[in-house]
Amino acid sequence: MESTESNIIVEGHSGEDKQEPISYGLYVVVWLGLIALTSLTAVVAGFNFAAFTLVIALLIALTKASLVVNYFMHVKFEDKIFKVFLAIAGFTICVIFLLTFSDVYFRR
Amino acid sequence: MSEIAERPPEALSHGAAEHKHKDVLGAKMGMWIFLLTELLLFAGLFLVYAVYRYQHTAGFHRGGMETHTMFGTVNTMILLTSSLTMVLAIGAIQRGKKWLSVTFLSSTIGFGLAFLIVKGFEWSIEIRKGIYPGSPSLLKKSNGEILFFGLYYTMTGLHALHVFAGMIILTFMLVFILRNKITKDDYVKLENAGLYWHLVDIIWIFLFPLFYLIN
Repeated sequence: MESTESNIIVEGHSGEDKQEPISYGLYVVVWLGLIALTSLTAVVAGFNFAAFTLVIALLIALTKASLVVNYFMHVKFEDKIFKVFLAIAGFTICVIFLLTFSDVYFRR
Repeated sequence: MSEIAERPPEALSHGAAEHKHKDVLGAKMGMWIFLLTELLLFAGLFLVYAVYRYQHTAGFHRGGMETHTMFGTVNTMILLTSSLTMVLAIGAIQRGKKWLSVTFLSSTIGFGLAFLIVKGFEWSIEIRKGIYPGSPSLLKKSNGEILFFGLYYTMTGLHALHVFAGMIILTFMLVFILRNKITKDDYVKLENAGLYWHLVDIIWIFLFPLFYLIN
């Protein structure tokens, strides 16, 4: 009973989003957010947070990238398969980075 | 996914010449697989950057001080705005507004050109300072700085090449819209071209803090 109910919701959801184009307003809001984050990261780069400076800059970059992926590339509104694609690619890249870093760090 | 089920039986009849079989989901999946290979290409370069930055922290810092935060920031704003006009072009065609879409798409190409012009100014300033791969004054610097500028030219150069390729693709899309090959009912080509453009934007989002925000 419960599973059929959730199935109906999922189907209705994806069908709805494919039909109606996303409003121009939402795109403009996302763009404003991206511009604000760019200004923030440029200003913050002036301060010295020692080791955290790079971490903060990369976190802001990640936030911006996820805004672009979700809204401009509308992954948020797409089929689940696209999220699976991205998750697999992200996981692969993480594994490559972690293995390389551990190699570099522990090599003597 | 439900597209095949929804397809009416007349799609099979020969009479419906207008009714071309379209697999929008498949087209987008193919595009995404291509985009992920692009992502891995750049991920490899980011990995090289990360390892060398760890090994030559001081050199990378000195190199980073030389790049111009202003140029990087302006170019970030330009690319982000071009991504906005790109999605607006798709939004316009979805609503059947051909000329609005043409306007937005042309401005996207224009912003791409502006990005390359700024990049050109930036590079020419660096080159006039004598900083380019293999230059005598760069070779006198530390290994870290040589690696930093090598990666700077390789990564921003490869990215600029992608911007240029994107502009060519978008020009084709512009022609398709003008010739009514991309319409309200069939715009997956424009969507896929847009996905490519946004990927190029995302790569820049990461290049920006790594090369321009070291103060």
